[in-house]
This record gives sequence, structure tokens and C-alpha cells, in this order.
Amino acid sequence: MKVKVISRSTDEFTRERSQDLQRVFRNFDPNLRTQEKAVEYVRALNAAKLDKIFARPFIGAMDGHIDAISCMAKNPNHLKGIFSGSMDGDIRLWDLASRRTVCQFPGHQGAVRGLTVSTDGRVLVSCGTDATVRLWNVPVPTLMQSDDCSDNEAKPLEVYVWKNAFWAVDHQWDGELFATAGAQVDIWNHNRSQPVNSFEWGKDTAISVRFNPGEPNILATSASDRSITIYDLRLSSPARKIVMRTKTNSIAWNPMEPMNFTAANEDCNCYSYDARRLDEARCVHKDHVSAVMDIDYSPTGREFVTGSYDRSVRIFQYNGGHSREIYHTKRMQRVFCVKFSCDASYIVSGSDDTNLRLWKAKASEQLGVLLPRERKKHEYLEAVKNRYKHLPEVKRIVRHRHLPKAIYKAASLRRIMTEAARKKDERRRAHSAPGSIPSESLRKKRIIQEVE
Amino acid sequence: MLTVALFLFFSFLFFCFFFFLDKSLTSCTSEFGGHCMGHGAALKLQFLNKHFLLASKNKLGQLHYEDNITGKMVGNFRTSLGHSDTMQVNPFNNVLAVGHSGGTVTMWKLTSKAPLVKMLCHKGPITALAFHSNSHLMATAGMERKIKLWDLRKYNIIFQKGLLARATGSFVQIWGDFSGSYDYSRYIGHSIAKGYQIQRVLFRIYEDVLGIGHSMGWSSILIPGSGEPNFDTWVANSFETRKQRNEKEVRSLLDKLPPETIMLDPTKIGSVRPTRKKEKSTKQEREAEQEAAIEGAKNISFKKKTKGRSKPSKMAKKNQEGIAKAKKPFLEQQAKEEEMLKKKRKRNEEEVELPKSLQRFARKVPTT
Repeated sequence: MKVKVISRSTDEFTRERSQDLQRVFRNFDPNLRTQEKAVEYVRALNAAKLDKIFARPFIGAMDGHIDAISCMAKNPNHLKGIFSGSMDGDIRLWDLASRRTVCQFPGHQGAVRGLTVSTDGRVLVSCGTDATVRLWNVPVPTLMQSDDCSDNEAKPLEVYVWKNAFWAVDHQWDGELFATAGAQVDIWNHNRSQPVNSFEWGKDTAISVRFNPGEPNILATSASDRSITIYDLRLSSPARKIVMRTKTNSIAWNPMEPMNFTAANEDCNCYSYDARRLDEARCVHKDHVSAVMDIDYSPTGREFVTGSYDRSVRIFQYNGGHSREIYHTKRMQRVFCVKFSCDASYIVSGSDDTNLRLWKAKASEQLGVLLPRERKKHEYLEAVKNRYKHLPEVKRIVRHRHLPKAIYKAASLRRIMTEAARKKDERRRAHSAPGSIPSESLRKKRIIQEVE
Repeated sequence: MLTVALFLFFSFLFFCFFFFLDKSLTSCTSEFGGHCMGHGAALKLQFLNKHFLLASKNKLGQLHYEDNITGKMVGNFRTSLGHSDTMQVNPFNNVLAVGHSGGTVTMWKLTSKAPLVKMLCHKGPITALAFHSNSHLMATAGMERKIKLWDLRKYNIIFQKGLLARATGSFVQIWGDFSGSYDYSRYIGHSIAKGYQIQRVLFRIYEDVLGIGHSMGWSSILIPGSGEPNFDTWVANSFETRKQRNEKEVRSLLDKLPPETIMLDPTKIGSVRPTRKKEKSTKQEREAEQEAAIEGAKNISFKKKTKGRSKPSKMAKKNQEGIAKAKKPFLEQQAKEEEMLKKKRKRNEEEVELPKSLQRFARKVPTT
């Protein structure tokens, strides 16, 4: 009788040549790996800690402007380029990879308030308080790389002078039109020196304008009378309008769900709306402690970045009530404009201290090319962290952010104030006739009226 | 003397013994500086490899835990159950089982002073302990010449598939359950040179080998079918290179588990504790409670007051009021429940409303 006994020859289980990869054998029997949950938990905890250690989001500052940055525009056709306009009328094109000025566009007499690039990436449109709209030719990327002298100056293609100062400009997606916001909303064509169309609803100044990325004829504007208005270019009059309790500084449409937009409000919050149902916000994004100045969506549509007057930049989930990240430095002043890069991995902020700052969108992400094993490891740690994120220790580490003292104090003060207001409301309700004071959710409370 | 080693197909005991002897003691002492231990006269050592803890049991019945990384003594417990020289770590949850001379087996973790489990297994002293690596099988051997298999989920005696090696004097016997009907039968017997006293037997996890420690040294025999043929490179790799070993060492140190993760059911980590269901009191209990409340209200004695306020009629009235007050919450509760019941019944009736064509088949409800 032949009896089989385990015998393993070294040849079978080791590599043949020294250049070969080591052989790997798997056995997924759970009895071989005991205490698996405990091990995973420890790994999740360690991954969370390592994330904190490697969280170095700041890549670098780009200086060159001599006044505060007022607006920025990204080039949809070229990943590395970003345009910035400043309060002294200077417009610059930056190369994000080398963090240097590639080209300057001189000409504006007053502050540049709006910048935008056409979808094909050839024409830059700028407007400002000197009541002019200027069209510029964007230099070709190949030329940008070879030419690294910074005093490369461009001449405007066209200069259109109009009656009033402009506050914002945005270009239509896949079209010839662009819209400016000022005393009224004007729709322009590249080739005509006068607006093709003008809209007005009320007498107040429109301060921001954004075209819908999905439906090219729809645009949203916000005005200084605290209203958000939606226009349809195919109609002769504005379509819908809501009036909020405070002014909206900026609007961004979600590029993946183009019916939704998010408004950056003066009351420190951002409000996500469904453009079809404006009677209530879909989500209120709280965390800033001062007016939110600018907002921009990631091209993935899953998160957006906001810049605030409290000298910080925050990143929110598109449906999350609180920010997932806060960026700040000691030297960064009031943030006036922020942009997500077109590959969703970087953030650019422009602030009062005349600098543009480049940040990573994921603070602890490893830059550069990852080896497959490294990538696998990162994915594994991410998955483990996600599985155990609800446990108190992991949650505490993942949630914790160091805040500047001013923001920390302002946040706690705001918390006390909202809590006091809530209590007062509660008491008032308790001591009045039942039903006489209806409770209103925050998503509705800040809207005064909706006008059709 | 009776000695037991259990399991075979997936036994981890090899790890606890060979790994411990070959690796942890030698490598720990060399790499971590060779800590001087305050374990006393240790009779038995066990290494918890994922926690880097060294557990020892000394002559006085004290249990010591030492952290191998820091070299600090982290736990010191008195078992207070007498002398014993059997101790075994359960590979499933790293709980330490200690067998005592009184026939009890106690299970310990680092973070609690009292044993987690205390079970009476034998009528005499316990001579050997062994675990199956799938968590719920423990074998104990007693001085009264009995081997018992325990289901650790229910803490009673059971049998399960696997191999069991036992040794008496100079004779080793392997028992196996190949039919799967919980029926252990003799598989292999082996006797070594006469006069050698076997102290301890151990299966190797990835080899078909049984190691036998006896009074004259140690020897090993082949037991076909006792080892795990398929190993996992990331768990244990007998063909690992030096570089792989170095990497594994670093990784295992990073994954060092905190002592709180030693618990009877380690799968509980990360799960939510179920909410305790509120016990609904029975009708009798509620009635008894009401009675007690009424009795309490009756027995309240009032202060003697002047100006006719303590007249018997007044006192009776006061008493009645007190009783009514005591009854009130119970009555309210009852009314609420009745209302709920009524609502529920009404809802059910609405649901049962049959279409007209079927109504004639419905059972007539007596109207009275």
C-alpha cells in the first residue's frame, strides 16, 4: 500500500532564476488567519494615523501679481494653464507645473472682475470695472513650453466698451456666446461689439453668472438684491428667481448632475439647489465662519471647493453637510477665488495677498507614478479605513483638523449663537398656541420667496 | 502521564510551540535585546504572536504577561486555583487557557482580573490541553485517564472531525474521525523505546509530522494526513528569503494588536452592540405593581392638624385622593394600550376588506 505524505521540493516553491518574481501561494481558509477583524482594525487605525502624518496639501505659491487676485479661469483644453486677474488690471497665464507666469495680458484700466475661456480653449474673455470686455488669443501650449520668459505680452483681439462696469463673465459651453454680469445681464457674441441680448429683473447689480454645463442656453446669476435668477436664452425674459435672506457671492453648477447648482452665500453657508425645485435647498453645507466668496465644482461632480473671507479653503462632498477638508496657511489672506483643476487632483486658490496657491485635492495623496504594489496597498488601506471609519478611535483621527485660532474661536461662537437661537425658538414655540409657530428647516428658512 | 495534541488539518499548535521556540525566543532575545524577565520560576511559557505578549505561569499559580516590544510586565494575575503546569493559548482568539490541579480550566485575557471562563472539566488534575484552530474545539486530558472534547460555543462535551494525538508512557496513539459522524477511532499507534516517558506531543501545521518530547530528548514521526498541504505565502512561508523575512517582521510589528483585542469572540470587533429589547411587563406584574402603589398610598400617615382639618371625614377624603393619585398612571397606561389595540384592530379590519365579488365567501363575524 502506498501512503502519501506531504513533501515539498524547493524547486517547486521557489523561483527558478533570480530575475523572476517570488512565487506566491494562497490559501483563503479563515482558520489560517485568526483574529482577522482585530488585525484589520489595527491597520485601519494605523492608516488613519499615517494619513494624518502625510497630509501635506500645500504644493506652492505663485507670486507675481501686485494686487489682490479677483478672479481666475481654467483652460478646459489645457491642463497646466490657469488664468488669473487681479485688482490692478493685470491678467496672467500661469503654468501650474513650473508655477511660473507664461504670459501677461495688459490693458485693463481698473480691476479685472471676470475671466473665462471658451470651450475650445482658444479665446480668453476678460471684463472689469473699466466697463470694457476684452477678447484675447490664448497662446498655443507648445509655445508655452518652449518660451519661458515671463514678459511675454499679448495684445487683445477685440476691445468692446460698454456702458457699465462688469462684475463677472462666463462663457457658454460649446457655443459662441458669453454672458457678463453688471447693471444687467448681457449676452455677447465673439464677433459683435454690442450685446446680442440683455436681461434685467429688478434694478440691482448682478454679481456672478454661470452657464449650465448640460443645457447651453441656461444660465444662473446672483445679484446684490440677494436673489438667484435662472435665465433661459431662448426666452425673452428671465425664467425663475428666488430671494434669499443674504447675498449669494458665487454659483457653480454640478457638471455631472447639471440640474443641480450650489450657491456660495454671504451667511457662511453654501446651499445646493435643484434648479427645477427652488422652494427648498437640497443640502446646506455649513462650516465656514465668514462669507463664502467663491465656489467651484470638481469635474467629477462629487465634491466642490469653496474659498472664504475667513482665510480658508474648504472641500465639501456634493451631498455632505460638513466639509471633509480645510486648507489654510499663516500667510494666506481673504480668499477671493478658487478653482478645481480639470483632472480633479489639484486646487488653486487666489487671495488678497496677491498670491495664487496650489493645493492637492486629497491632502495625503502620494504624487508621482505609483508602482502597482504601492497602488494596491493604498487601495487596501483606503478600503480598510472605510470599513472601520465609524469606530470612535478611527473617526476621531480622521475627523480631526487643526484650525487657526481665529477660525476655531469664531466657529465655537457661531455654535453657541445657533444653539441659543434654537433654544429660544423652542421656548417660544412651547409657550405659544400649538401650531401657531411652525418649525421650518434650515433648508427652507433662508429663502424669502420664490418668483416665477 | 497522558498528553494530548489536537487537530490536524488546520492546527495552529505548531505555531505556538515551534514558532515560539525557534523564532520568538531566539529572535526576540536577539532583536529586542533579551529582556530580563520577572516571571519568577516559570513552569510554562506561551507566546501570543499577534500581540507580542509572552505569558508565563509560575509555581505559585501566578500568571504573568510581558510585552515583548517594550519589555515591560503588563499583567500579573493570581489564579488562586492551585498548582498546574498546563497552559495553552487558543489560536482563534488568543485567550489563554490554564488547567488546574482541581480539574478546572480557566480562560484569561490581559484586560480583566477575573477569568473569563471557569469550567470544571475533570475529577482529577488536568494533565494536558489542546485547541483546534477553528475556535470552538478544546481537548482536555485528566489524571483519571479520560480525554474530553469540548465545544467552546456551548461549553459542553462534543466530538468533531480532526485528528487527536495522545500519549501514555512511551506509547503515542493518534485518533481520527474520518467518517464525520463524531466518532473518533484509532488511526495510528506508535511506541518509542521502552522506558522513555513522553512529556508532550505536537503536530506541525504544514507538515505530516508529529513531534514527541520525551524524557530522553525529542523525536518525530510521520502521520499521513495531519498537515495542511496548501500554505499561504502571506501567512506562513517556509520558503521565504531573508528579505521577505525582514519585511514580514516589520509588517507584523506594525500590525501588533493591542491587548484589548483579546476577547472570547474576536469577530465582534467593529460590530454594533444589539440594543437590548425592553422587557414588557406581564399583566400580573403590572397588577402587582398597582396593588403595591395603592397599599403605599393607603399607609401614608398624615400630620395631626388643628381647626378641624384632621376630622375623620377629611382624613378619609385625603386618603381617597392619595389612592386615586397612585392609581392614575396605571389607568392612563391601560387606556393608552387599549386605544392602541383598538387602532390596530381597525387597521387590520381595513386591510381585510375584500373585493365585493369575494365578500360572500368571507366568514361571517358574529355580531354579538
